[in-house]
Amino acid sequence: MTETTLFYAFGAVAVVASLLVIAQRNPVYSVLLLIGSFGALSGLYVLLDAPFVAVIQIIVYAGAIMVLFLFVVMLLNAPHEDTEYDEHVHPLLRPGPMRFGAVLAIAFGVELVWALTRHIESGPFAGGAVSSVASIGTLLFTDYAFAFEVTSILILVAMMGAVVLARRD
Amino acid sequence: MTPLLIAQIGLTLFVFVALLSSAAVMVYVERKVAALLQQRFGPYLVGPKGLLQPLADVIKLMFKEELRPRAADALLFGLAPIISATCAFAAFAVVPFGASTTLFGLIDTPLRLQVADVNVAILVIFAIASMSVYGIVLAGWSSNSKYSLLGGLRASAQMISYELSYGMALAAVLLVSNSLSVTEIVNSQSGSWWHVLPRWSVFLQPVGFLIFMTAGVAETNRAPFDFPEAEQELVAGYHTEYSSMSFAMFFLAEYINMVTVSAVATDLFLGGWHGPFLPESLGWIWFLLKVGALLFFYVWMRWTLPRYRYDQLMRFGWKVLLPISVINLLVTAAGVLYFGI
Amino acid sequence: MLNQYLVLSAILFTIGTAGVFVRRNLITILLSIEIMLNAVNLTFVAFGRALGSADGQIIVFFVMTVAAAEAAVGLAIVITLFRHKESLNPDSFTLLKW
Repeated sequence: MTETTLFYAFGAVAVVASLLVIAQRNPVYSVLLLIGSFGALSGLYVLLDAPFVAVIQIIVYAGAIMVLFLFVVMLLNAPHEDTEYDEHVHPLLRPGPMRFGAVLAIAFGVELVWALTRHIESGPFAGGAVSSVASIGTLLFTDYAFAFEVTSILILVAMMGAVVLARRD
Repeated sequence: MTPLLIAQIGLTLFVFVALLSSAAVMVYVERKVAALLQQRFGPYLVGPKGLLQPLADVIKLMFKEELRPRAADALLFGLAPIISATCAFAAFAVVPFGASTTLFGLIDTPLRLQVADVNVAILVIFAIASMSVYGIVLAGWSSNSKYSLLGGLRASAQMISYELSYGMALAAVLLVSNSLSVTEIVNSQSGSWWHVLPRWSVFLQPVGFLIFMTAGVAETNRAPFDFPEAEQELVAGYHTEYSSMSFAMFFLAEYINMVTVSAVATDLFLGGWHGPFLPESLGWIWFLLKVGALLFFYVWMRWTLPRYRYDQLMRFGWKVLLPISVINLLVTAAGVLYFGI
Repeated sequence: MLNQYLVLSAILFTIGTAGVFVRRNLITILLSIEIMLNAVNLTFVAFGRALGSADGQIIVFFVMTVAAAEAAVGLAIVITLFRHKESLNPDSFTLLKW
């Protein structure tokens, strides 16, 4: 019973925070709200018996990637976006097309929900074991070992690319 | 409301109050030890031998006026010290400080002396350390002043750089002890080799301990890595524009982070609450002694060593400490594989 | 219970997609991409729990790594673009238009 209430609480926080992320003008507030959304998602992962993924989400996403975003926002010190009442605003950004876009987004959401939830019986989860870090580690280094090594090369390439792109010359 | 639940709530409150008083004690200890190292007296007027000096400091800070620059972002300006203080307290929640006790038979199931017992405790400590970067960077940004912004960005860059070595030293400990739960790591350090040498991890990984303490000092922005709050260069860094209780919260966060790093180092490397001559149930005395020794070491280092310049600090973190910690991890892995330690 | 997690991740994915199309600030577009990736992560973990295997968490591990790499490169590109044009509005980069 507490699990359902916690699910709705975390889910509500995640949805509200994500909505505010795309509605805020100030990019610093957007980044902070997204960190809040990641925290709620981390709580959802704990509810789904995945404590390792929950903590890794905080360490990697909320603790590293968002710090990177925050640094870029602060160092660029970008001016705020134009509001929707400027005269040289793009025709697609006037209130009329924006509302139509919101209707399209809701239609897309309903379609996704329908596609994901048909043919699936929704009962409570089977009483599964909490997957321990040891079992994840074993899987990672045996079945997914190739993907693991390729990921390390991917990170190296991304690091080199970021350094080269952002260099002043 | 079983007795166990009441005991757990009482334990949470006790840990909170103990952390607050440890910050006050650290204020006094720092000033007295600094004075003795510099051959002067230190506080001796307020109370016997100056023991009430922290109380006087807290009362003074509470009565100061709370200022906010007009161009500062009000929401973030108020939020930043809250984030710092909250993360400092939260990191201590998964650190055990004593063996399971039944409180002299008052409760039936043993109570672990730990606020929350998760089986991924080490990762939780690391995660909360990553989150405490935000308090500093938001303080620097929202003050809307150039000293604060520079101090905040430098402090957060330093913290995320030294987190890597911190994590690698933790990973080496995990290899030896085969578990992510801090309680199990401490319990694997009980007993002794040949009845003389206690089975502490520091004897198995001396380099790992040094890396962990160095990265811990850099993480908590203490000397010799305290360039971001250096008084001579940056006014006061990221907390330049803060006064009264917000400033006190930053200070509190710094001291409690020191206590947490010392407590984690004690649990992982120095055997936690195990020690000779005392029974298991009084193990928290040994824990306090070891944490106290590490905190004295912190204060001693601050007032003895000169400060690193910022580029020297970053070069040290990336080019010296990170390769050493990777090599430490490799050597530990080889040792575990071939010698089965 | 699985249905509720899937509905939540569908809602988050929709919010992310709407953010990518609506916002005219490069950094907010990248943030909306991160929202979409998180919704997908939630789907993977929910299915992994429902089917009782740890494969969902392994895929999440890889998705997070790829998201980190993509955020780093994306932000480097944003910095380079900002240096040229002093603007973060994607509508101001029109050099390739005829």
